[in-house]
Amino acid sequence: MTWNWFFRLGSPKWFYQMAGRWQPWIWLITFIGIVSGCYWGLFIAPPDYYQGDLQRIMYIHVPAAYLSMMVYVIMAVAGAIGLIWRMKMAYMVSISCSPIGAAFTFLALVTGSLWGKPTWGTYWVFDARLTSELILLFLYFGHMALFYAIDDVKKADKAAAILAIVGVVNIPIIHFSVEWWNSLHQDASLSKLQKPKIDEAMLWPLLVMIVSFKLFFVSVLFPWVRNHILWREKDAKWVKEIIEQ
Amino acid sequence: MKPQRKKRLFAILATLAGVSIAVALVLVALSENINLFYKPSDVEAGKAPQNKTIKVGGLVVPGTVKRGENLLQVSFTIRDNQSDLEVRFDDVLPDLFKEGQGIVATGKLTEQGHFQASSVLAKHDENYMPPEVARALKESGHPVKDIN
Repeated sequence: MTWNWFFRLGSPKWFYQMAGRWQPWIWLITFIGIVSGCYWGLFIAPPDYYQGDLQRIMYIHVPAAYLSMMVYVIMAVAGAIGLIWRMKMAYMVSISCSPIGAAFTFLALVTGSLWGKPTWGTYWVFDARLTSELILLFLYFGHMALFYAIDDVKKADKAAAILAIVGVVNIPIIHFSVEWWNSLHQDASLSKLQKPKIDEAMLWPLLVMIVSFKLFFVSVLFPWVRNHILWREKDAKWVKEIIEQ
Repeated sequence: MKPQRKKRLFAILATLAGVSIAVALVLVALSENINLFYKPSDVEAGKAPQNKTIKVGGLVVPGTVKRGENLLQVSFTIRDNQSDLEVRFDDVLPDLFKEGQGIVATGKLTEQGHFQASSVLAKHDENYMPPEVARALKESGHPVKDIN
């Protein structure tokens, strides 16, 4: 059956062992990717003709902002899978996403703010892009608060998943905010449908950084999910065996 | 898919659709307030209130930046596709302020029809390239902002 892999993914024991095996390798690739991406972006890539070296903040800011939205979508989709198929693993992935996503959002806001001061002339302005990204941070906080405020794990899972799904409407708003309204933030440089508006010498290190940030997300997600598995399956036989060792 | 799961899937999709419609309606209703600034054409059409602190934004028209006798006094014209608006300012301009550059100014519309700014923010666009590429583009006649 083609659905087999899907249901195997739903087995906490299988996920725990798979994640444990892959974890060190993904960490290794992440480390190599981030180090080489940073070196490429900060030292080898040319400065921008207009902003000079300031533009290098992009190599952190863009991946962080990209991941802040991608992680939210994963969180919402995992929540929806949990609700529809009553799958424990999906809930665990969903709740593990929010602290990581919140960290990416925070990083995007801070680096954006530090970039804004020397270029725009201000740390913060309530334009559509900045405000909607700030709302994303609050959505992550709300998701965590809601989950940890409810004692019954099953109820907490459902409530948090519904919040994640409802909040997903903010994602297209963040993405299109710079097109729909006048804002201080410029339009997107990277788009799937258009030629990138960024020179190739800067594009490649940026893409390396984006992929490395994705891997970084996976390498942080895995231990977090494994923790949840141990905690929730603490009465299962295989978990007791691990703990006794 | 089992009927019960299908039912739950539709419930989620329906919730999402409902929330999207609600949010879309709110955003459309608020769109005037979500816009960060008024364009010069909005000002000309009388959409911007006078003697109230507002923001205006547009491209600085090359050749219109004039320095006054006072050291910091400066005036320039901003433009969107249709209209022009004169902006006066007497404070330090941001580093990235240049002719041909987008700016957002905070201040008040005066009765004389110009905009007295209390702060000016510089926008930058989404194009990034090395200095050599920008120079080559300029030499081949493409419009590129001034390079220092």
